[in-house]
Amino acid sequence: MKIHEYQAKQLFAQYQVPVPEGKPAFSVEEAVDAAKAMGGFPVVVKAQIHAGGRGKGGGVKLAHSLEEVQDLASQMLGMTLVTHQTGPAGRLVKKLFIEAGQQIEKELYLSLLMDRATASVVIMASRDGGMDIEEVAAKTPERIIKIHVDPLMGIQGYQLRRAGFGLELPPAAMKAFSSLLANLYKFFVANDCSLVEINPLILTSDHQVMALDAKVDFDSNALFRHKDLLALRDLDEEDPMEVEASRYNLNYINLDGNVGNIVNGAGLAMATMDIIKKAGATPANFMDVGGGASSEQVENAFRIILADKKVKAVLINIFGGILRCDVFAKGVVEAAKKTGVTVPVVVRMEGTNVDEGRRILADSTLNLTSASDLSDAAKKIAAAVN
Amino acid sequence: MSIFVNRDTKVLVQGITGNEGSFHTRQCVSYGTRIVAGVTPGKGGQKLDDIPVFNTVAQAAAQTGATASLIFVPPPFGADAIMEAADVGISLIVAITEGIPILDMVKVKNFLSRKDCRLIGPNCPGIITPEECKIGIMPGMIHAKGNVGVISRSGTLTYEVVDQLTRLGMGQSTCIGIGGDPVNGTSFIDVLSAFEADPDTHGIVMVGEIGGSAEEEAAAYIKAQVTKPVVGFIAGLTAPPGRRMGHAGAIISGSSGTGEAKIKAFEENGIHVCDNLGLIGRICKDVF
Repeated sequence: MKIHEYQAKQLFAQYQVPVPEGKPAFSVEEAVDAAKAMGGFPVVVKAQIHAGGRGKGGGVKLAHSLEEVQDLASQMLGMTLVTHQTGPAGRLVKKLFIEAGQQIEKELYLSLLMDRATASVVIMASRDGGMDIEEVAAKTPERIIKIHVDPLMGIQGYQLRRAGFGLELPPAAMKAFSSLLANLYKFFVANDCSLVEINPLILTSDHQVMALDAKVDFDSNALFRHKDLLALRDLDEEDPMEVEASRYNLNYINLDGNVGNIVNGAGLAMATMDIIKKAGATPANFMDVGGGASSEQVENAFRIILADKKVKAVLINIFGGILRCDVFAKGVVEAAKKTGVTVPVVVRMEGTNVDEGRRILADSTLNLTSASDLSDAAKKIAAAVN
Repeated sequence: MSIFVNRDTKVLVQGITGNEGSFHTRQCVSYGTRIVAGVTPGKGGQKLDDIPVFNTVAQAAAQTGATASLIFVPPPFGADAIMEAADVGISLIVAITEGIPILDMVKVKNFLSRKDCRLIGPNCPGIITPEECKIGIMPGMIHAKGNVGVISRSGTLTYEVVDQLTRLGMGQSTCIGIGGDPVNGTSFIDVLSAFEADPDTHGIVMVGEIGGSAEEEAAAYIKAQVTKPVVGFIAGLTAPPGRRMGHAGAIISGSSGTGEAKIKAFEENGIHVCDNLGLIGRICKDVF
């Protein structure tokens, strides 16, 4: 689960990770009031969306007067911000963050993330702050410091020093940096983060270090033990159909194509999308109803797919293991009765209770095309939309 | 022969009295698996059919001689259940549980590195040696005894592959789902080396998916160490970057974990690449 920069900074402050003075604003008036409260200029007006690259897209701007804050705030609120991470559709800006401008001596990069290969938390730091870190890693890998932290031991003093001296910080800033990194690690572990990224981390002329940006992603599997963090979820930043699907514990992702598909199991769902593409059509979604879906979940899955206006045909691919084919078929029939089916539907079903499942579909008077195997299903679905 | 499990393996089930636990225990028993005990804290002394239930894994293992465990406990208690089993010397732990926090698994993995035990999963379908032993949730009837070893990160996708193999007359030595989480126990490489050493495995099917670099590492290992033919498949070639495709581990982040890179690694290391799931059975028939 991602959160906004302003929320991440509020959490940082609770863990004594230094951040500039700042305030969120949901209207032009609030933005002006926030800037007044800073007591000086320049201030930075920052659009709050769940995507990086905001600066280049025009979502981060300096203001030197209250009038300028007012102008920038009215421009940004309600604008569609397009960055390399939002896709061409962009994101509607509904929130701003007003922050006190800083005297920047040096821009650095610092992040903590889960490293799957070593099963540890890895710290990444670089002198090349403010840049795309993937690019730095590709072109000048020697400029990235990587430190693996043993999860059973926690972060050690020598690791803080290796990071700080590796960044070539002046000795006078070392204490402040060590405390920032130690506190950031504490924050990471205490809240089950999967990523914390500060780009840039700044060194000020008076040897302070401070997080100028903040990107935080939490492990969704761990949210059950962080009820406080759930309040930070911003449904405005999520696709409404995905929000609806998550209510029924369905794994759903909205995509650009026109072939809706319903599959049980994430791996098979991905492979089904691939096979649709291979046959010359494009998937409209990823939908995994899960290994043990109930007939009600299946009904909701089918209803969500049918409500998608861009869907011109639906492919159902079920390999019944835990999910029995008869349970699945009942869900499909119920949804079809309630919603009505106006597009061609191709069904490919195998596994537990498949004969009963096929009988339920055949008796339903629904207009379904059945497929004998995966290749046949792909051929039939492509023919339906092309 | 087979790898890791056979008809003599004695199994206990952690979380045996829950819905999923009891359902799948019965499925395993009817397949022929020797389920000798169950564990549910607070329900010691009860029975599921004829299977005695204990409060702790220590008691269950001591009284029944179980050496393998099948875990169905809910995600908040998943890590604890794995460590409990490892701590009393259970040598094979199969964790079906989906949704264990990654930080918990990071701790578990470090804990297990000091124990002599193998973890399969979590978030996996389990392991089956056809007609001998099923420790997991896969539908038993699609499998047949034979000489193809199957390794996969996914559940139903594995069933699809196995079903095609069986229909074309190719039985399996052992099939293992290693799970869809970013941090898991047994890796592709662990299983590949066991299949290489197993005289009854003549060919291997490896089913990967986007995310991480396990497939690339496995491909390099195959080139260096595996003499048996390998057919490889990668799911998620059309998946958009930055989105988690159901499995916590199936996510392309930045330039790492893409399907293209994995396919390329397969091709460069002599693996027979299948690019159409509908044909994987036929390709295996040609190669093996």
